[in-house]
Amino acid sequence: MSLSAREARLGWGLLAPALAWTFAFFVLPFAAMVALSFARMEGRTIVPAADPGNYLRILTEPAMRGALVNSLEITLVVTLVSAVLAYPLAAIIAFRVPRRWQRLALLAAVLPFWTSYVVRSYAWLLVLGQNGIVNRLLTGLNIVAEPLEIASTRAATIIGFVHFFVMLLTLTIYASLVQLPPSYARAAADLGAGRWATFRHVILPLTLPGVVTGAFLTFVLCIGDYITPQILGGNTELTLPQLIMLQLGRSGNFPLASALSVVLMIVVSLAYAASARWLRLDRI
Amino acid sequence: MRPLAWAYLAAAYAFIFLPVVVLVAFSFQDGRLPVPPLKGLTLDWYAKVLADRAVRAALWNSVVVAVLTSLVALVLGFLAAHALARVRLPGSAALRVLLIAPMTVSYLIIALGLLAVFNAAGIRPSLVTAGIGHVVINLPLCFAICFAAMGDQQKAAERAARDLGASEARVLWLVSAPMLAPALAAAFFLSLTFSWDEFIIAFLLTRFDVTLPVEIWSMLRSGLSPAINAVGALVFLVSAAAVMLAELLLARRRA
Repeated sequence: MSLSAREARLGWGLLAPALAWTFAFFVLPFAAMVALSFARMEGRTIVPAADPGNYLRILTEPAMRGALVNSLEITLVVTLVSAVLAYPLAAIIAFRVPRRWQRLALLAAVLPFWTSYVVRSYAWLLVLGQNGIVNRLLTGLNIVAEPLEIASTRAATIIGFVHFFVMLLTLTIYASLVQLPPSYARAAADLGAGRWATFRHVILPLTLPGVVTGAFLTFVLCIGDYITPQILGGNTELTLPQLIMLQLGRSGNFPLASALSVVLMIVVSLAYAASARWLRLDRI
Repeated sequence: MRPLAWAYLAAAYAFIFLPVVVLVAFSFQDGRLPVPPLKGLTLDWYAKVLADRAVRAALWNSVVVAVLTSLVALVLGFLAAHALARVRLPGSAALRVLLIAPMTVSYLIIALGLLAVFNAAGIRPSLVTAGIGHVVINLPLCFAICFAAMGDQQKAAERAARDLGASEARVLWLVSAPMLAPALAAAFFLSLTFSWDEFIIAFLLTRFDVTLPVEIWSMLRSGLSPAINAVGALVFLVSAAAVMLAELLLARRRA
């Protein structure tokens, strides 16, 4: 056997376990889910079919379409607000905080990230609830007479999400800000650009990949999240993952849950296509 | 500009830390509800939680699942990274994409697919099925970290070992793995925190024995309680410790 053939065999041997795992527990389940999305429910049994009925239901039934719209609205607002709040934070850490404290500042910014995912939403419930800190403060300072209904609303879901994703975006934006040579801003100033013009025409375009990368990750993680809307949003309006869980749990409607998941995947793919030009996923 | 920047920084950190501070503060609440006013300080809730059989079982399950799945993901990821970084194989770019792919899919969808396959195969949900799902989400991470860390200086050392007659297994075990130790450790600890904190896969793929996030979820259903704060504070401590360790290991490699 030639050397290269032996090497190739060795390579495949080393790859085999990881490939087998990925095929058996990722590719195959994914294919099964897509196949299931075209199946039919007859009573409580699943009948294999090539029926686009589930997709038609998602597009036509108001409850289903509503969940898709809710998910999109919440995700877009969260992504936008998080990016707008994170940019100044990243810029202050990159340009105002002394260099040797920057790493610590970033670490402190992401520390709450390591609170348990389930507990984080619960903690916001404590903060935003009827008797929570925020309402105590507002009523105590006589800013409002009655405690505000924040928990169990869309606002609470958005606050919970923004809290989490500001950290993420701060990291990706910071990473692209520190790569910026300081001479660029100086050159712009020498050429007569004011602070705003320098930001608008030099700094922002050059750090756009960091913003878009963080925004894309935010979009993907936010739209697929079940816990945050479930704990903070109450049950007044459903998001797509909540609807998927509902189909699985209450009615055992696996085909519809699968179709909803495929729709979720399509939305994420569209987001990827829209941002691919600026994405730097390999650099995070 | 300066004062404004500092004010913004302070406000941002206040926002970021607010829920964590509230969570930890009211885990010491000497009362039944984890909301203001703070009536007094007590460690009772920690004692209660640590004595709770269900919580202890879930804690132990979480540790076992996290350690075992991270080990499996690390070994598979390391071997695959070695193969793709060292051996010229046809279609290696596509293989790399395939191995990374699960990273880009929502955990909910991974869990749903696995549930469909396990149902069809008649396999009951258990810690094993949840563990399989955790390897699926951590394998891409371990692979990516190992692959990125494989530089050229290891290549020379590996070739030297091979020229001196070492078998490939010995090269991997005695040369590549020790040289990559910091990256391997970082990948392991990151996997550990992801598995430790993962909810939706564990929720859908376990039944009677559950992991800690699932147990916390079922505690939540009976309403607010400082006991949940205490569990949350404990989980926070463990995760933060693991992250610090990974951070230190990576920082040492950079230095």
